[in-house]
This record gives sequence, C-alpha cells and structure tokens, in this order.
Amino acid sequence: MQKLLIFAILFITYITYSSWVYTRGTDRASIMTSNQEWGKQIYQEYNCQSCHQLFGLGGYLGPELTTVISDKNRGELYARILLENGAIRMPNFHLSPKQVNALIDYLKYVDANAFTYKTDGK
Amino acid sequence: MKISKSIPGTWFFLIAISSLFIGLLFGALGGIQYVFPGFLKEALSFQKIRPLHVYLVINWIFCAAAGAVYYYIPYVSGRKLYSTHLAKLHILIQLIILVWVVTGFFMGRFGGREYLEFPPYIVLLIILAWILFMINFFVTVKPSFKEVPVYIWSWSTGLLFFLITICEAQLWLLPHFNNNIIRDITVQWKAMGSMVGSWNMLVYGSAMFVMEKITGDKSINRSKKAFFFYFLGLTNLLFNWGHHTYIVPSSELVRTISYTISMTELLILANIIYSFRKTYFKTNPHKHFLSFRIVTYAEAWILLNLILSISISVPAINFYTHGTHITVAHAMGTTIGINTLLLLSSLVLIAEEMIGDGKLFTPYFNRSFIFLNISLLVFWLSLVGMGICKIIAVHEKNSFTEMMAKLYPYFQVFSISGIFVFLGLLLVLMPVFKTYLKLGFAKQSSDPS
Ligand code: HEC
Ligand code: HEM
Repeated sequence: MQKLLIFAILFITYITYSSWVYTRGTDRASIMTSNQEWGKQIYQEYNCQSCHQLFGLGGYLGPELTTVISDKNRGELYARILLENGAIRMPNFHLSPKQVNALIDYLKYVDANAFTYKTDGK
Repeated sequence: MKISKSIPGTWFFLIAISSLFIGLLFGALGGIQYVFPGFLKEALSFQKIRPLHVYLVINWIFCAAAGAVYYYIPYVSGRKLYSTHLAKLHILIQLIILVWVVTGFFMGRFGGREYLEFPPYIVLLIILAWILFMINFFVTVKPSFKEVPVYIWSWSTGLLFFLITICEAQLWLLPHFNNNIIRDITVQWKAMGSMVGSWNMLVYGSAMFVMEKITGDKSINRSKKAFFFYFLGLTNLLFNWGHHTYIVPSSELVRTISYTISMTELLILANIIYSFRKTYFKTNPHKHFLSFRIVTYAEAWILLNLILSISISVPAINFYTHGTHITVAHAMGTTIGINTLLLLSSLVLIAEEMIGDGKLFTPYFNRSFIFLNISLLVFWLSLVGMGICKIIAVHEKNSFTEMMAKLYPYFQVFSISGIFVFLGLLLVLMPVFKTYLKLGFAKQSSDPS
C-alpha cells in the first residue's frame, strides 16, 4: 500500500510539473512567423540536427549554430554561402533560394531567443 | 526451475542482435567519416549514417529488453504467456517498423526529431506495437503491486513510461509547442530524457532478475533497500531530464530541480561502490558464473559513467562540457557499458539454460569479452579527450576548422577503437546468436535437461 502511495504521489507531482513546463516554465521565447516555421521544417527534413547543435543539442560533426547569425566571425552572409555551396564536410543540398531564406530566417529566430548565450544569461 | 523456451523471446533476441550488428557497422562508418571528411559524403553522408546508427543500436536495446521480458514473465508468474497471437503481431509490426525506418533513412526521408528522425506517422505503429506488448505483460503477470518483487515494478514502470514519453515526444506537432523554440526544445529533451529512464527500467528490471537467479537469494529483490533504489530511480526518470537543457533559457526552476535530483544519484553511486565490493569479494556464485562476470563488469561501467554523469550535471561544469563529445561519451558509455552488458548477461543466462550452465564460458568468450572491454575503455576515453580538447579550443576562441584539426588525433583513436568495439561485440555475441538460432525455436523436449 505504502509503495502504491509513493508511486501515486510521484506521478501526480510529475503531471503537475509537466503542465507547468508546458506553459509558464517555457514562455520566454517569441512566437515564430510562418516562414521561420517553414525553415524549421526544412531543418528537420534535411536532418541538419545530425551534424549541428542548437543549444548544444544535436550531432557533433559540424559546428554549433545557435548564434551563428550574431557571431562576429560568422554571420548571415557566411551562413548563406555555406548553405548554397556546402563545404569540406557539409554536403551541398541544392536548396532553392526560398529554402535558404527560410533557413536563415529560422536561424535568426533561434539566435534572437538564445538569451543564455548572451551577457550573463538573464 | 528452468526458464522455458519463448518463441517470441527468441525472435526478439535475434532481431536485436542483427539490429546491433548493422547499427555498429554504421557507427564504424560514421567514425571513419570523422577521420576522412570526403568518405561517402554524397552517397551516405553523416546525416543518414548517424540516425541509422543510433536508431539501430537503440532498437537493439529495446528488442533485447523485450525478448528478456518475454522469456522471464512466464517463469516469474507461473503462467503461460497470455497470447502468442499478440506476441506474433508485436514481432511483425516491429519488423515492419524496422524495415520502414531503415529504408526511409537510406532514401533521406526524415522529418522527425533527433533520435526519432523518421516521419512522425511511424510513431503510430510504435505505439500500437507497444500496447500489444503491454497487454501481454500485464495480463500474464497480473501484478499485485503490494507483494511483487522490485523487478516487476521496474518492468511495469518502463512499459508505462515509454508509452507516455513516446507520446510526449510528439507534442511538437502542436503549434503551441512548435512555434516556441524554448518550449519545443525543453519538452523534446524532457521526453527523451525520461524515455532513456524508461528503457533503463526495463534493462535494470531484467538485471535484478538475473542477480536473483545467480545468487538464488529471493530476498534481495523484495528488500526495503531494493525499493528505495527503485523509487530513487523513478524520481530521476521523472525529474532529472533538465541536465540536457541547462543552457536552454527555460525557467530557472527546471535547472534547480534537475540539479538537486541528479545529486541523489550520489546515493546510487555510494551503494554501488559498497555492494560492488561486497558481491565481488563475498559472493561465490556457483551458477551462471558467466552472467555474474558480465554483471560485475557492467557494475564497473556504472561506476565510471555515474562519476561522469554526476560531474556533467553540475551546472558550472555542464556549462563547458555541454555540446562536446563528453555528452557522446556519456551516451555511448551508458548504452554500451551498462545497457548492452546487462542485456548480454540476460541473453547469456537464458542461452545457458538451454545448452547447459557454463557452456558459453569458454576461453574464446573470455578473451573476446576482455578485448571488448579494453576497446570500449579506449573508445570512451577518446570521446572524453575530444570533449576536453574542444573546451580548450572554445576557450582559445579557435575557429571550427582549427578545432577540428586539433581534435584529429582523437578522431583516429576513436575511429580505430570503435572498430574494435564493433569486433568485440561481434565476437562475444556470435556464439549467443548461434545458440538462439539453433535452440531458440526447437521443441522443449530437445532441452539437455
Ligand atoms: C554531414 C554533416 C552536415 C549536415 C547534414 C549539415 N551540415 Fe552544416 N556544416 C557542417 C560542417 C562540418 C560545417 C563546417 C564547415 C565544413 O567543415 O564543412 C557546416 C557549416 C554550416 C554553417 C556555417 C556555420 C559555421 O560555423 O561554419 C551553417 C549555417 C550550416 N552548416 C547550416 C546547415 C543547415 C541549415 C543544414 C541542413 C539543411 C546543415 N548545415 C546540414 C556539416 C553539416
Ligand atoms: C552497443 C554499441 C553502441 C551503442 C549502444 C551506441 C549508441 C550511440 C548513441 C546513443 C549515440 C548518440 C550520442 C549522442 O547523441 O550524444 C551514438 C552516436 C555515435 N556513435 Fe555510437 N553506439 C555504439 C557503438 C558505436 C561504435 C562501435 C562506433 C564506432 C566508431 C560508434 C560511433 C558513433 C558515432 C560516430 C556517433 C555520432 C557522434 C556524433 O554525433 O558526432 N558507436 N552512439
């Protein structure tokens, strides 16, 4: 009986915590535009996450992309060139100009919401 | 009493081992791509190889865990499996998913998220297969939770939480989650973190059963201590996922909770050191010595990986290690060193029930097993080395290309030791695979008993 009670308490706490995480715990980001959303979809469809990290998550063969746009040494133009041509390790995906724009738009959105990467993370 | 033959169990073991072998092949190819950037770059680039590898090796864990559960539940419940038809359907759907996902990856059909890169509709089949498995488990075991040993709790929890987390991992399909990057990533990792906990519950449940079978001591899985650690594990499954997302700007509370809970793992660590010594020096198992040995090695891996996990759960350390190969060391260290070895102990135990105790414990097996463990240690250290090197490179503000050049020697060690890990697993699992192929489907009367 005691075991079932402990289980029930943990489970209810989990449900409560989950609902909070789904709402207030994660309400800091701005909302994506539909073009950014499309960029995100392309990011998933080409599985960019297998080589790149956003917020440190993803595969590790390629560089972290969270702040690629605002990074002084990289920036939008550099990202565009990579997307249009590929590089030593990165394949050329033969993306259309619209797809490249959407991806860049998405990366801009991610960058703008990367609060923890800027100043002291506050 | 012997564990009797389970045809669904055998099927799952055979699918699991085949899946592992193919998955390892892709892992090895991925390792080679680290060393030679142009290798298969167009035909089978890393964005196909990585999901092929990760999906197939995780499929090994799930299928081997399912196989063990199919074998064990008639034994522990004293009842026949509720429905072989449902089990057959489970196998069939599992095979369809496997073929579908693998061909899809080859053709570059993605659309999902990391670790579940296939298009989301395939998840419906995964859920269906899982429900069939759950029905067979619960109706066969009919667990009365007040009395049952801890491994039944563990299996039940694993079954329930895989279902919950695989559904949770699809929440991104709703705009409320998809349109908000912070929510999206946080929930993705909440689901994946707990999903790892769910398969750990399945694997640890079987390992606890193996320990009981080896020592013949039924009290260990009914003791207060066993349940204390079960609930501690459950608490970690539910609340400890936040260490994946320290850097994601969700609420501070997520980080605090995760950090606090992670530190309870120190208790698990303390217990392992204590019981490791005790089992190693005091127990003298006469039965299933090989399984005992494998579990002992797994315990050493648990120790090593816990030290690493606890370290990277400290936010000040995580700040540096996050996004480096130290995370991969954590992922592969635990899935190979702990999950794979614990599952191997079950596969060996059941196989030896068929061919006779001690029959697999040959000098050949012994040598292969030690070779595997040494290779794995080098492999694991090379990943930790890569991580440390990357931290230094980031600190020195090196460009990505400069950093990759510095990491090159580690890539070579990683790639070569990875091929050795592959060979080690092949050597160790081949006799086990053959045993199941030969005897796993045979009539019960052909038992040596
Ligand atoms: C096979 C691995 C791989 C895949 C898949 C991949 N990339 Fe890359 N990407 C790289 C590597 C590696 C670099 C660094 C340049 C190089 O060495 O090729 C890079 C560089 C970049 C850069 C420039 C940032 C920098 O720091 O160099 C951007 C932006 C980028 N990739 C975006 C994407 C997007 C978007 C996708 C999906 C459409 C994608 N990549 C898919 C491997 C990959
Ligand atoms: C039982 C054996 C194995 C298991 C269970 C396993 C599991 C995993 C997992 C879970 C990941 C994802 C890591 C992460 O996201 O952090 C991974 C990645 C990877 N594994 Fe394995 N692995 C195994 C063996 C191997 C072997 C033998 C190699 C050979 C070199 C290998 C090469 C790789 C590579 C290259 C990656 C991708 C790392 C990256 O993202 O850059 N794996 N593996």
